[in-house]
Amino acid sequence: MKADEKAVNTGIHFMDGDSACCEGAIAAGCRFVAGYPITPSTEVVELIAQRFPKIGGIFIQMEDEIASSIAISGASWAGAKAMTVTSGPGFSLMMEHIGYAVMTETPCVFVNVQRGGPSTGLPTLPGQQDIMQCRWGSHGDYEVIALSPNSPQECFDLTIQCFNLAEKYRVPVFLMMDECVGHMSERVVIPPADEIEIEPRHYTEQAPGEFSPYNDMEGLVPRTTKAGDGHNILVTGLTHDDRGYPDMSANTHQVLVDRLIKKIRHSADDIIILEEDDVDGADIVVVSYGISSRVATRGVRMAREKGLRVGMLRLVTVWPFPENRIRELADRIEAFVVVEMNQGQIMREVQRCSEGRAQVAGVLNYGGAIHPPEEIYQTIAGVSS
Amino acid sequence: MTESVVTDHTKQETISADQNRVELCEKNPAEDFLRMDRIPHIWCPGCGIGTSVNAFVRALIEAKVDRSKLCVVSGIGCSGRVSGYLNVDAFHTTHGRAIPFATGLKLANPELTVVVYSGDGDLSAIGGNHLVHAARRNIDIKVVCVNNFIYSMTGGQAAPTTPMGTIASTAPYGFCEYALNLPHFVEACGATYIARWTTFHVRQLQKSMQESFAKKGFTFIEVIAPCPTLYGRRNQYRQGVDEMKMFKEVSRREKDIETRDAEIKPGEKIVIGKFVDRERETWLESMQHHYKEVLGDAYYPYTGAMI
Amino acid sequence: MKDSKMATAEKKERQSRGNVNINKDRCKGCGFCVEFCPTHALRFSEDFNALGYHYPVRLEEAACTGCDQCGAFCPDFAIFGYRYKSHT
Ligand SMILES: Cc1ncc(C[n+]2csc(CCOP(=O)(O)OP(=O)(O)O)c2C)c(N)n1
Ligand code: SF4
Ligand code: SF4
Ligand code: SF4
Repeated sequence: MKADEKAVNTGIHFMDGDSACCEGAIAAGCRFVAGYPITPSTEVVELIAQRFPKIGGIFIQMEDEIASSIAISGASWAGAKAMTVTSGPGFSLMMEHIGYAVMTETPCVFVNVQRGGPSTGLPTLPGQQDIMQCRWGSHGDYEVIALSPNSPQECFDLTIQCFNLAEKYRVPVFLMMDECVGHMSERVVIPPADEIEIEPRHYTEQAPGEFSPYNDMEGLVPRTTKAGDGHNILVTGLTHDDRGYPDMSANTHQVLVDRLIKKIRHSADDIIILEEDDVDGADIVVVSYGISSRVATRGVRMAREKGLRVGMLRLVTVWPFPENRIRELADRIEAFVVVEMNQGQIMREVQRCSEGRAQVAGVLNYGGAIHPPEEIYQTIAGVSS
Repeated sequence: MTESVVTDHTKQETISADQNRVELCEKNPAEDFLRMDRIPHIWCPGCGIGTSVNAFVRALIEAKVDRSKLCVVSGIGCSGRVSGYLNVDAFHTTHGRAIPFATGLKLANPELTVVVYSGDGDLSAIGGNHLVHAARRNIDIKVVCVNNFIYSMTGGQAAPTTPMGTIASTAPYGFCEYALNLPHFVEACGATYIARWTTFHVRQLQKSMQESFAKKGFTFIEVIAPCPTLYGRRNQYRQGVDEMKMFKEVSRREKDIETRDAEIKPGEKIVIGKFVDRERETWLESMQHHYKEVLGDAYYPYTGAMI
Repeated sequence: MKDSKMATAEKKERQSRGNVNINKDRCKGCGFCVEFCPTHALRFSEDFNALGYHYPVRLEEAACTGCDQCGAFCPDFAIFGYRYKSHT
């Protein structure tokens, strides 16, 4: 399926990441956005509010983030591609509905333009401290998908990708931006609509009476329907059987949660996007994502100038975590250097996967500012000696 | 006749001998709208939630609501289980969030008839903020709020609707807060239709539900219902029927009732009836009018967000 | 004695404009129907149903109008009233 020509803002633009995210959502077919203002994400919904009346969409400013995060599930079950946009404190309020979307297999997109936390923290400054929160913030075991753009162009591209993945896997997908990426302006190329590939919703062809929201499988992902199509579906956040009926037994729970996890894990290769630069010949691999990866690249360049064999691995997809790739590398490199604006949330993932076979160092801060490239260089130099 | 009929045999013969005299005796009319494979339901003997569902289903039939476009959304609680027993598009959401879920559903596809069916604690405590704003925005959803004076599902803790002085598990010596007057509250917020009945007033309740289907905008029907297990027994109503008798006795339907007189205090009258029936543009209508006016041809008429 | 009781029952039945359908095994014995039937046409059974509750039975000596008040009350969808098509 292709994007809607009337809506796509085709052309070469100079725009910030927040605007690019908005344009990406529109191109992806999103016509329902519920949000609550919060710095530094507000620009996304402000632009949505300008654009939607002219392309036939609904923007509603809800009473809080709890409402926004469940309104998108409602809209999704009505058949819309739906998104909410927030930042740290708002993201904290949304956690219950991440779990709800996971459990009910509701495609939807959460955008988090990260700022420094905890609490109100640093409203206008960047952070990457919500990476673990989007992975584990809701209670229970589950898997989600999270992408992390490092430029306004990627804010556009990956927002589309988020919507496509959400449809393909019937799962909430996160665009983990940060204040820097959101507010920096760069060249953004928006292609013609017929060059933008859109994942349609995978609707069932079963007749009413036969179909239930969890029995028409396409691999591990069930085909779906929408409200008003006559299927009389029952959707619940309770543990349910494949009719959607509540069944509170350990066995049904095991079967359900196992599938919810495996439908993502078993497709990790299809989902994960990594950007690698000279990783194969490297002794040291720098791992980073989002805005941190841009300064990390400079640190890597400085190290290479000093003759060090340093590769760069950028996580475009943060979740599911590229466990296999890290394991492979751990077997043959000396060290990983993880650059991120938090106290080691991804660094610990790298440690977990390298299982002591490679040294792991972090260039970490508390958010608020991107790292000086020198600091990254020094850490690289430190581990190499 | 179905095998399960229990009645005098001589009489049964009389009836079957003259089929013409029999209008409807095969099936409970409610069954059409229920997921019969989930009945018996989980509600206790004498629980009023089932009675309210009975009125609701009868209202659906009478009002000829297009079932394929009907969605029922619930939060969490004993009352929140209602959606799961109805054979329509049913959504059992999270505690307190049925209204914002329903808002998304309704706005994304305006052709749907969206009902929110949930408990007093769910809608007015944890979900209170959403109640305020959905009524204020006049989102076209029909709210049925089962008020059993207590948090039942979790074991009888006090709710914002627990009458002052009555016993709850978290108020073992009696609850000392003022109870929320729900009709008054939603009137101030902007609901277009507000009624309160008890489960003793099933017919009136059914009629109000029918009326609410014909009404556009945010409607709110409070159904006062017995919870013998967790409210009644602690407060001298041993069984559901005892609480029903109390409802019968103390309910008052007066002329020109106003919501501000609808506060519920133990041992005092319960004001019932239709309080509000007014017209206001719905959120979608006013959005459409407004954009047409200010944007002219640039406005792309919204019909739904479905892909 | 017995005969005259039967006669009363028959007379009442002739006066009945309707009847009830009771699905006894769905009943949870709450008593709403028995308590609030306008013509007091129901009583509780002596025995128990599958769920272990006393369920309603029609009292022969009272007339049922088929008003379905019992059906409207029943929280368990176990009873409903219906009117005969034409009352002669
Ligand atoms: C976020 C959250 N907090 C608390 C609960 C526990 N909980 C479940 S139902 C309920 C109260 C329900 O009361 P009410 O809405 O009055 O419904 P009732 O059970 O009385 O019908 C509570 C507190 C929950 N499920 N989720
Ligand atoms: S606990 Fe109360 S509200 Fe819940 S099912 Fe039992 S009687 Fe009904
Ligand atoms: S139908 Fe009416 S009269 Fe007959 S038993 Fe039921 S409530 Fe009584
Ligand atoms: S109202 Fe229903 S559940 Fe209650 S006693 Fe009568 S038949 Fe049984």
